[in-house]
Amino acid sequence: MNERVIEIHGVTRRFGHQLALKDIHLDVPRGSVFGLVGENGAGKTTLIKHVLGLLKAQTGTVRVFAADPVGDPVAVLGRIGYLSEDRDLPDWMRVDELMSYSEAFYPRWDRGFAAELRRMFQLDGRQRIRALSRGQRARAGLLVALAHRPDLLLLDEPSSGLDPVVRRDILAAIVRTVAEEGRTVVFSSHLLDEVERVADRVALIHAGEVLLCSTLEEIIAAHRLITLHFAEPLAERPTSLPGAVHWAGSGHEWICLCNGQMETMRKAAATAGAEVVDERPASLEEIYLGRVAA
Amino acid sequence: MQIQISAGDGVPIYLQIVNQIKYLAACGRLEPGAQLPSVRTLAEQLLVNPNTVARAYRELEAMGVVTPRRGAGVFLAAGISPLARREQNRILNQRIDMLLVEAQQMNVDLDALVRMVRQRSQVMK
Repeated sequence: MNERVIEIHGVTRRFGHQLALKDIHLDVPRGSVFGLVGENGAGKTTLIKHVLGLLKAQTGTVRVFAADPVGDPVAVLGRIGYLSEDRDLPDWMRVDELMSYSEAFYPRWDRGFAAELRRMFQLDGRQRIRALSRGQRARAGLLVALAHRPDLLLLDEPSSGLDPVVRRDILAAIVRTVAEEGRTVVFSSHLLDEVERVADRVALIHAGEVLLCSTLEEIIAAHRLITLHFAEPLAERPTSLPGAVHWAGSGHEWICLCNGQMETMRKAAATAGAEVVDERPASLEEIYLGRVAA
Repeated sequence: MQIQISAGDGVPIYLQIVNQIKYLAACGRLEPGAQLPSVRTLAEQLLVNPNTVARAYRELEAMGVVTPRRGAGVFLAAGISPLARREQNRILNQRIDMLLVEAQQMNVDLDALVRMVRQRSQVMK
């Protein structure tokens, strides 16, 4: 797990006056499923475009398979299976034409696997891309991304706007890819229960910055949701509790997303005139919402 | 082997798998010596990261619930281990506690409750 498939160091990106990425540092180890989490416009797609070499880093460095994706696209792109957010496929092609067209780009295209995926996804080879439903279009894009058995599968909002059946196919593709030794998946999503299912590493991105980046296990273990009951009702959210990330509540009872030692928290609460009446682990979604609101 | 995963309820997914396999073993739905699905098969069935399934299997192995056989897969440990027995007791105690609380709320005393349990057991025979 020490080998890094993607290394991003100090990348900052501006579009005019708009700061899209601010000093991003990210490493993706080989064999991991890496989830990029953030709202629309947080910078996920901009970051992915840097990995693909579609955008050149203005400051900082991007390395994919230890190569520069802008300077050496051949070394990088042939090893990546990419599904873009808008699934830009040539509309005028038929599905079987899309398959033979894509085959020409990838030396490692696996014709047998491509045919198997086409059957599994119930795609009709003679159908025009333009005539495909939203879900079938996503499956056609996924087929192209998977059929050359890429070392890195890169999916930008793969589940967005899709029904549960197609979302299942996408999750299954992620699981199958990583189950094959040494292959890596990076995907962006705002469906946090999906991220929690399949990702082993997560980066929370907000307004172009990485708020949190760690293993999913560490992120979950580091946060708790605690409910405090105050002897005297509070008009405003409590202050000066160590490790408090975000508060919600009113009057006597407040719920706090906190990160840190429970014992310290309990003592601080007692000092502030409150008692811990409930304590439970936080889901990734609760952690994300708390972090973004903070 | 039927396992349900619910992401987002705060219980780590590997622990959900561990608990449910222990439950299936304790209530006899998985028989001693039965082969468990491979890590990859179960990961694809549940749509979870294969490392998560592998971790659940490691924990179950450390608890003596499953035993790996080299090259053949993972099997439920033969015979009811003290752990499976403990797990059985834990499950039954949970149900008993719930029954006791409800009986108390309905003002049914313990003797009456025990009589009812006996009666039901006759009916089910």
